[in-house]
Amino acid sequence: MSTGTWGWLILAFPLAGCIIIALGWRLWPGRTAGWLGSLAIALAFASSIGAFLSLLSKDPEHRQVVANAFDYINIAGLHVKLSVLVDPLSVVMCLIVSGVSMLIHVYSVAYMDSDRGYVRFFSYLNYFVFSMLLLVLASNFVILIVGWAFVGAASYLLISFWYRRATAVRAGIKAFVMNVIGDVGLVIAAFLLFDKTGTLDYAGVFARAPEVFHHNDGVLVAACLMLLVGAFAKSAQLPLHTWLPDAMEGPTPVSALIHAATMVTAGVYLIARTHPLFELAPTAADIAAITGTATLFMAGTIALVVTDLKRVIAYSTMSQIGYMIVGVSSFGYAAGIFHLMTHAFFKALLFMGAGSVISAMGGIQNMDRMGGFRRAMPFTFVTFTIGALALSGFPLMSGWFSKDSIIGFEFHRGGVLFPALGVVALITAFITAFYAFRMVFRTFFGEQAPEAVELEEGQLAHGEHVNPLTGEAEDTEVGFPGADHHIAERDWPMRAAMAPLALLSVVGGIVLIPGVTDWFEAFLEPSFKDSKYYSNIPGSGAEWLGLVLGGLIAIGGIGLAWLLYIRRRGVTLRLAERFRRPHDFLSHKWYFDEAYDAVFVRPIGNFGSFSRRVIESRFVQGFIVGGAVGVVRAGTSAARAVQTGYVRAYALLLVIGVLALGLYFLLQSS
Amino acid sequence: MDVLEGICFFIAALLAVGGAAGVVLLRNPFFSVLALVLHLLALATLFLLLHAQFLAAAQIIVYAGAVMVLYLFVAAYVGGGDEPFMPSGPLLTLAPFFAAALFAELAIAALGSGLSAINSEGAKIDPGFGGPAQFGELLLKRFLIPFETASYLLLIAAVGAVVLARRRRGLEHLDEEAGI
Amino acid sequence: MDVSWYIVLSALIFCTGLAGVLSRRNPLVVLLSLELLLNAGNLALVAFSRMWGNADGQIFALVVMVVAACEVVVGLGVIVAMYRNRIPIDVDEMSELRG
Repeated sequence: MSTGTWGWLILAFPLAGCIIIALGWRLWPGRTAGWLGSLAIALAFASSIGAFLSLLSKDPEHRQVVANAFDYINIAGLHVKLSVLVDPLSVVMCLIVSGVSMLIHVYSVAYMDSDRGYVRFFSYLNYFVFSMLLLVLASNFVILIVGWAFVGAASYLLISFWYRRATAVRAGIKAFVMNVIGDVGLVIAAFLLFDKTGTLDYAGVFARAPEVFHHNDGVLVAACLMLLVGAFAKSAQLPLHTWLPDAMEGPTPVSALIHAATMVTAGVYLIARTHPLFELAPTAADIAAITGTATLFMAGTIALVVTDLKRVIAYSTMSQIGYMIVGVSSFGYAAGIFHLMTHAFFKALLFMGAGSVISAMGGIQNMDRMGGFRRAMPFTFVTFTIGALALSGFPLMSGWFSKDSIIGFEFHRGGVLFPALGVVALITAFITAFYAFRMVFRTFFGEQAPEAVELEEGQLAHGEHVNPLTGEAEDTEVGFPGADHHIAERDWPMRAAMAPLALLSVVGGIVLIPGVTDWFEAFLEPSFKDSKYYSNIPGSGAEWLGLVLGGLIAIGGIGLAWLLYIRRRGVTLRLAERFRRPHDFLSHKWYFDEAYDAVFVRPIGNFGSFSRRVIESRFVQGFIVGGAVGVVRAGTSAARAVQTGYVRAYALLLVIGVLALGLYFLLQSS
Repeated sequence: MDVLEGICFFIAALLAVGGAAGVVLLRNPFFSVLALVLHLLALATLFLLLHAQFLAAAQIIVYAGAVMVLYLFVAAYVGGGDEPFMPSGPLLTLAPFFAAALFAELAIAALGSGLSAINSEGAKIDPGFGGPAQFGELLLKRFLIPFETASYLLLIAAVGAVVLARRRRGLEHLDEEAGI
Repeated sequence: MDVSWYIVLSALIFCTGLAGVLSRRNPLVVLLSLELLLNAGNLALVAFSRMWGNADGQIFALVVMVVAACEVVVGLGVIVAMYRNRIPIDVDEMSELRG
């Protein structure tokens, strides 16, 4: 089977899954819809492997395959085909997306059981995977934008999945609005590129870009900045990041899939894919790197104080995406994509573990109320800890290799900016290790929560269903989460999903061990062969130095966490008291939400009510509509005055008419 | 003959106009009816002058004899007291002026060049013109259908008048009368 | 006599009747004025009939008389009905078409 066909199959299976599940939504009994969805994604994963092998069978020169379906747009000057680009970068992304999605589908088969929207969930999830794969496999900007928009829509549908929860709906709207801002940026970038290069194909644009734009050309920088707007909106970087923590309102598998492994990585993919443009406009790339660094630092500090378990992981995602953005904007593409892959593994794993813990807690997500689940949930404990170790960059874990390869690249780039960014990245690595194990120690160690005690005795906690954020009661009919809770220890699909991810989090680093293996980098090379930075990687000695440093930082962070949360309990509370102001600053997420509210939301809301009160009520209703009505009324009143009801008046009108006629004929004949 | 004809014409015309003015101007409706009778008689004279003998006779017998008597009956029944001549409403004060304007127009039309086709002498007519024989022949031969339709119309009018003017005391009364 | 005299006379009677119709308030007198209008028409018809030597005009005038009689009958019936229903005998009272 040709590579192109594999590409189409990768897209066809999730789409078919979505449609079949959706069409038969009344038919599927029990968990059938879940297994169908998982099967569809499994087939997509198999097709990705097929594409991968097919690419391997070609020699590296010919590994960029474009498969056309038909002409999509063919009007004056604009020729766009519906085609997919199967090349190493997109195949790697497809493998990651479909692989992790497959595992998350399996996890959700058990996790979402008893939810009345079960079938809807899986059709949405399949739709999402289809959209993400479309985005990744696009070979021109039009299909990219289509996939981008679909992914945004899927994200909205899934975040506000429990649609009767007001907080979930608001979060969905917030995510969607910010995504649309990104979409606008992306479309403007496409306009600018089309204007100058005359085509929208990746191949065409990238080939013509060096001819049309000179180094740091103003238009190109603008176009790249617009691309960055799109990337940052999707990947939740500064300043378009506020939607991600709120997006935790969605079910945990959604958080695992969309907001850890796949959708938020779309921005990273975009920068990697359009790297020729960024290499021609280093200014934009530098801005991206700075923003990425700022985000990773900010998110790391917020994760230190947040108490909602899922939101800590969300901020961690934001921070790690920042690493990836820094990686690809510093032109360390292999490093960035490598971290994308390992991050998908351990972040999805962390979310799955968190889902299990939250189920055990009966829906409560607040870490203040958790503790001591170590003995009651051993499997979850082990996998969660593996994920946390990978996140911290503990030596020999996959995260160690990937994160430190990025940081190593920073220092290797040289100059003034990049090492500075590297230092910030290292500091944040320390913070990352700390908050990762803050989660572990608070959840699994320490004094046992009542739910943990119950669980040890075999009783799964089943409290009253409340909104985890506001605490208001909810009933479990459609639109709210289902009645049952599922934990990994009791449901085998959840274990079947978490185990491979745990394994991959441990051994995933093997594909790019500096000096030992370079399979990852070698495989990706054909996608980046036109980059002058790709082969310019640090030497193994420097890399190993960086790895050692990173490992020490990780162990230091873990050690500090252990100190503060195990040995000397209560210190953190006193610290929070001492440093009240900084603590508030962090726990209010650096006041971004409040700032946006004051600058954008309130004024627009005020303008809206002003419009309603003044423009709509007075001007349109009163003046235009009322005026038109008044004119018609006056006209008809005037016309009505003729109808006096008196016979003689009517007779008089008759006479006047006769007079007029007679006059006319008299004049005529004379 | 011409002089006699002219004198007769003027006297009849004066009486006709006078009668017409009387109808419009007299306040008591009873007197208006009498003025109209005078007018009709003058008009009958004019018909005679125009060689329409049968029509003149019909005018006197039917119009003045029957229709006016009907008017008199109703005038007596209804009464209708004296009413002020000045009409109500601003528009209706102008009514006479409109009538005058119409008269002016018609006069101009009749006397002006538009009607120069009017022959002053009139066509040659045979002695039976306007007599009952000719009338009867025309009515029963050429104008049979209008003749029949006119009689039909009279029937409808008679029925209509009865319906309009009967006393309505409700439907029970009718049932009683029908013996149900 | 010049036919045009008869025509002018007919016009004069017609306009007199018209003035009566427009300005009187007693429906009886309005009907009488209506008679004047019809008679004026009759006069014109007969005059033209004499002018052309064609008796058709006189037949027309006869039919007009019949129609006038019918109309008088119905009109008087309406007036009697008005009287019976205690509506003042005034043309302006019947203004139900006022809109």
